[in-house]
Amino acid sequence: MLSLRNIQKSFGDHHVLRGIDLEVAKGEMVCLIGASGSGKSTLLRAVNLLDPVDDGEIWFDGVDIAEPGLDPQPIRQRIGLVFQSFNLFPHMSAAENVMLAPRRVKGLSRAAQRGRVEELFDRFGLGHRIDHYPDQLSGGQQQRVAIIRALAMQPDILLFDEITSALDPELVAEVLDVLRSLRAEGMTMILATHEMGFARELADKVCFLESGRILEEGTPAQIFDAPREERTRQFLSQVL
Amino acid sequence: MTKADENPAMPGRRAQYEAALRRRSMWVAGVSTSLVFLAILVLVPLAPGWEAVKKSFFNWGVFSKTFPGLLDAFLLDIAIFAWCAPLIALLGLFVAICRDIQKPALYPLRLFATVYTDVFRGLPVILVIYLVGFGIPGLGLPRPWNSPYIWGSLALILVYAAYVAEVIRSGIGSIHKSQSSAALSLGLSNADTMRYVILPQALRNVLPANMNLVVALQKDVALLSFVGPVEIFRQAGVYKSLYANFTPYVGAALIFLAITIPMTRFADHLMNKRRKQEQ
Ligand SMILES: Nc1ncnc2c1ncn2[C@@H]1O[C@H](COP(=O)(O)OP(=O)(O)OP(=O)(O)O)[C@@H](O)[C@H]1O
Ligand SMILES: [Mg+2]
Repeated sequence: MLSLRNIQKSFGDHHVLRGIDLEVAKGEMVCLIGASGSGKSTLLRAVNLLDPVDDGEIWFDGVDIAEPGLDPQPIRQRIGLVFQSFNLFPHMSAAENVMLAPRRVKGLSRAAQRGRVEELFDRFGLGHRIDHYPDQLSGGQQQRVAIIRALAMQPDILLFDEITSALDPELVAEVLDVLRSLRAEGMTMILATHEMGFARELADKVCFLESGRILEEGTPAQIFDAPREERTRQFLSQVL
Repeated sequence: MTKADENPAMPGRRAQYEAALRRRSMWVAGVSTSLVFLAILVLVPLAPGWEAVKKSFFNWGVFSKTFPGLLDAFLLDIAIFAWCAPLIALLGLFVAICRDIQKPALYPLRLFATVYTDVFRGLPVILVIYLVGFGIPGLGLPRPWNSPYIWGSLALILVYAAYVAEVIRSGIGSIHKSQSSAALSLGLSNADTMRYVILPQALRNVLPANMNLVVALQKDVALLSFVGPVEIFRQAGVYKSLYANFTPYVGAALIFLAITIPMTRFADHLMNKRRKQEQ
């Protein structure tokens, strides 16, 4: 479904992604782990076409979306991205946040969407919060709204950038439950995460990023129990 | 998160102390203000020219005769203000958006917007009013296109739109990039991102700054008197000549203050509210 080949990206003379290769099959959940600054966010933003890559190919559904000059808008509609800092639109209610993109991009009226959106809110335990504004919601609730917002575009693949890192510990579980439920549904997902327990429990594949390269990848068991690389072992001993 | 817990309990030691402090400072402020006013009331009439000033600036007879006429003339100020303000808002918004355009095909618009704001913020208002207000009718246009109302108003619109554009642009710049990232990541177009996500927040943030411009505009309408319209300032001048007395100007000043002080207070109130929200 998604295939990255030799992705290169620099900010100025800071070479951040140094040749990333990655395969993600339909329905798979891939976790990116690695130290701060290793390039996880940059990689996810590149796949969502928010920051164009300098070189390399991103094959998505038979098209190389890293092609310079390609219109990113239709691609982004099919690749959702959820941010660490939620980034809800503060001047809109939760429901309006969710309905904006389908309304403007797909031409679905509020009335046409409302039923489906209510279902999504109910499903993630937010039915009673649907008309609240972001500043009336807890971090965990805001992040769940952000996930619903991305889901409402019915993307083929969802990217999550450390979506629990900004949350108080007691709110992390409610967001992870949402991911679990998406996983059960067969959603294709790439997560940058520091939640090692979660990655071990649910990932099909874990990739360890180090200085803009995937140093090691494998099943959770391979990476967490029998890492081949010394650097992976060091990193894991620091975070586990 | 629900509303922050209210705390209806007894005032604590801190609150009592602060209340006592507040009472004392209000008392001190009251006494010192009264003393200053008393001094003015006593000392000013002692000045050698006071009798003359009183007669030519604070003449009750002239005041009561001219005040209704001034109020009438002020309606014209309000009308000019009322048709300028929405046009200024539209033009200012347009110019602000043009300045952030990225598309190369629309580069001329961007260039125009930049030059426009530089020029009209760089000129004294009165100069623009003279140039536009006398210059364009001087082309010998047919009625009603030779009206000083139209061209005087246009001058105000051009100048104020430049300021409004800069204020709006700073508002756009104050919205964190993560907001447009979020909008774009959903597949929204650049235009929709601006219209539905960035602009509503930006305009709300700069509302207080724009309110200050509104107050300034209300005052600067008086400058149009130099190119023709008999609005309050000019009417006051007419009365001044008629009665050989300056009191009509004081009347005009009072009328302006009656409008602009509440507007200024309101702008301050908005500003404070915004500051509190940001904390
Ligand atoms: N817009 C940018 N301009 C310049 N440098 C950037 C930019 N974005 C990221 N970087 C740099 O790229 C490197 C990788 O950043 P990135 O955010 O991808 O790391 P990360 O793995 O997500 O780290 P974290 O765990 O802290 O989120 C960092 O050194 C960062 O300073
Ligand atoms: Mg990151």
